[in-house]
Amino acid sequence: MTEHAVAVTAVPSESLRGRVGMLCFLCSEASFFAVFVVAYLFYVGKSATGPTPGAVLDLGLVGVNTACLLASSVTIGLAIRAVRRDRGRAFVGWWASTALLGVEFLAGTAVEWHRLLRTDGLTIATNLFGTSFYSLVGFHAAHVTAGVLAIAVVLALAAAGKVRRRDAERLELLSWYWHFVDGVWIVVFTSVYVVGR
Amino acid sequence: MSEIDSAAVLPAPGPAPLGARLHEWVVTVDHKRLGLMYVGAGLFFFFVAGIEAALIRWQLAVPNNHLISPDAYNRLFTMHGTTMIFLVGMPILLGIANYLVPLMIGARDLAFPRLNAFGFWVFLFGGVLLYFSYVAGEGLYGAGSAPDVGWFAYAPLTGAAFSRGNGTDYWIVALLVSGLGSIATAVNLVTTTLTMRCEGMTLGRMPLFVWMMLVVSFLILVAVPPLTAAQVMLLFDRRLGAHFFDAAAGGSAVLWQHLFWFFGHPEVYILMVPGFAWASEIIPVFSRKVIFGYPMMVAATVSIGFISLGVWAHHMFAVGMGTTLNSLFAASSMLIAVPTGIKVFNWIATMWGGRIRFATPMLFCTAFLLQFTVAGLTGIMLAVAPFDWQLTDSYFVVAHFHYVLIGGLLFTLFAAIYYWFPKATGKLLDERLGRWHFWLFVIGFNLTFAPMHVSGMLGMPRRIYTYPADRGWEPWNMAASIGAAVQAVAILIWVWNVIRTFRRGKPAGNDPWNAWTLEWATTSPPPAYNFEVLPTVRSRRPLWDLKHPEDPDWKYE
Repeated sequence: MTEHAVAVTAVPSESLRGRVGMLCFLCSEASFFAVFVVAYLFYVGKSATGPTPGAVLDLGLVGVNTACLLASSVTIGLAIRAVRRDRGRAFVGWWASTALLGVEFLAGTAVEWHRLLRTDGLTIATNLFGTSFYSLVGFHAAHVTAGVLAIAVVLALAAAGKVRRRDAERLELLSWYWHFVDGVWIVVFTSVYVVGR
Repeated sequence: MSEIDSAAVLPAPGPAPLGARLHEWVVTVDHKRLGLMYVGAGLFFFFVAGIEAALIRWQLAVPNNHLISPDAYNRLFTMHGTTMIFLVGMPILLGIANYLVPLMIGARDLAFPRLNAFGFWVFLFGGVLLYFSYVAGEGLYGAGSAPDVGWFAYAPLTGAAFSRGNGTDYWIVALLVSGLGSIATAVNLVTTTLTMRCEGMTLGRMPLFVWMMLVVSFLILVAVPPLTAAQVMLLFDRRLGAHFFDAAAGGSAVLWQHLFWFFGHPEVYILMVPGFAWASEIIPVFSRKVIFGYPMMVAATVSIGFISLGVWAHHMFAVGMGTTLNSLFAASSMLIAVPTGIKVFNWIATMWGGRIRFATPMLFCTAFLLQFTVAGLTGIMLAVAPFDWQLTDSYFVVAHFHYVLIGGLLFTLFAAIYYWFPKATGKLLDERLGRWHFWLFVIGFNLTFAPMHVSGMLGMPRRIYTYPADRGWEPWNMAASIGAAVQAVAILIWVWNVIRTFRRGKPAGNDPWNAWTLEWATTSPPPAYNFEVLPTVRSRRPLWDLKHPEDPDWKYE
């Protein structure tokens, strides 16, 4: 009994520490997003004036964005596998693709918002839909932006030849954040473009 | 080698200059120093919020008093509540955990020391920001000052139309920023507890303090972000013209209440469970018995954590949620009394048959047990929705939650300070002054808050700046104000005790209370690295095993 217990607790490694810390952080992030999702769903159909989600949300563009973001989870996973096997060039390739897919998502969002603001006249102050839409989608996009910036920093380091196998654990944690942001998007997409439309 | 080089490695004669010592504190990432700074900053705000409370009691001592204007009074109770919760309770409980968790689990620091420093400084920044509102809250309208919307800042009162100036914005941003600090520290505490325990320190052998702070940290991770989110929404409403809580555009003021209390009620347990944690370490040591029902204590704590996430709307019985929701939240609120009751019985059972020594920490813990039970009973009364309709927003509620937060939390905090002060400073607080502090505080506290049950039942509402003379409220208010003065005297005695002890206190030694947990195994105060050799434990009371090799605990556990 005692021997077994010792064996279980005697691995306070750096990596375990980082993983638990990242999971805790993501847990608090999930709690943060949950509130905006709840508020969005709570206000579906309660706007006093137009425009309504059905009239202005374009599924085609957001479909492409969603596909890119989901694909980026795959590419970042492949990048992590490559760095764990010390295959530097494959890593840079997959990592750069992740960054590109992330940038595409942000650019797509920018196009969508531009259209909503200019053509449809929907701002955060227009109605409840605008209020809850820009807050929820905006906070998600802000998280994607943070992720893209972090990925870009790693890319710059990799270009300078400074990313090695020993960094795999830290990159893995960054990929967890990326997967999380991806997962949040699935919930946001479902709430905004499927349920709320 | 030049002479300068060899001089640099010699120990400096006498203490370092003040500037250098302050610099050390500012740049430190040591969990003990950060813990002490947390507690020190929290105590500073405690005096500020205490002065606010004293002004409130001065104003309410007699009817038709015009000492304080209605506007200033609104700011006073808002700042008093906000400060006590966010700038006193949170930093002190996080600070004590910061100091003790690594010591108790046999670690050298928290998992992320720099994140820890970030958490502290960001909290302090938030606190300064909140009080900066007194000078800067006026804003462009020239119409504001410190926030005056109550600590729960109900919509639509907080809307840009009703809350002019920048006071409410300061409230939002200050709490948002200090909330980030709380989340950072919670991440740190969970990670440290789960990954850095010394050899043999299984989860089942962790001191109850560590268990309870683990649950508190999880609660912070889940409950504080919703407040942040709600505050962001409010900021959008006020500054960007969004409509989250704007009923005119279809928004819902009740949504704010749900979001706020989804944070607010777990927050009660975030504040109170650390009190349980301190008591669970102190009561066994001064009863000379192991804690009664350790596994049940852990289970009760975890269930309190879960249930506390599902009781928030009992703050909202009066807003008309309907019978189903009212019944549901009444039931869940009563349910939480079960694990809490288990804890009270376990503490009593720990004392039962023990060789109790009523040193100051134990005195405070004993009063805590009695007063907290009163708080629990009025809590169950308020959980009954129809009873709540009668007494909601009255002084009965004020009495209830001050019995929780003072009778429960502050009493255990004083117990904790008397108990761990010698560990942190190497000096014992004076017992005679401690007893004066204790008895005056018991009398002052009960004299202040027991009468509020009565004035509440006589119909006195909260948050009124004065009241007419014909309602029968005068004696109760006068008693409460006299009680506040007695409390102030008690606190001053304690301050004197601390100052005197710093100047010429008795040296404490490593283990003045003959205790059993690992923090007492190292020196007082502990060295920067905590333990020269990381300890190995074989039971829940490693120091008992060390002191009694002939009869160690691990034989029976």
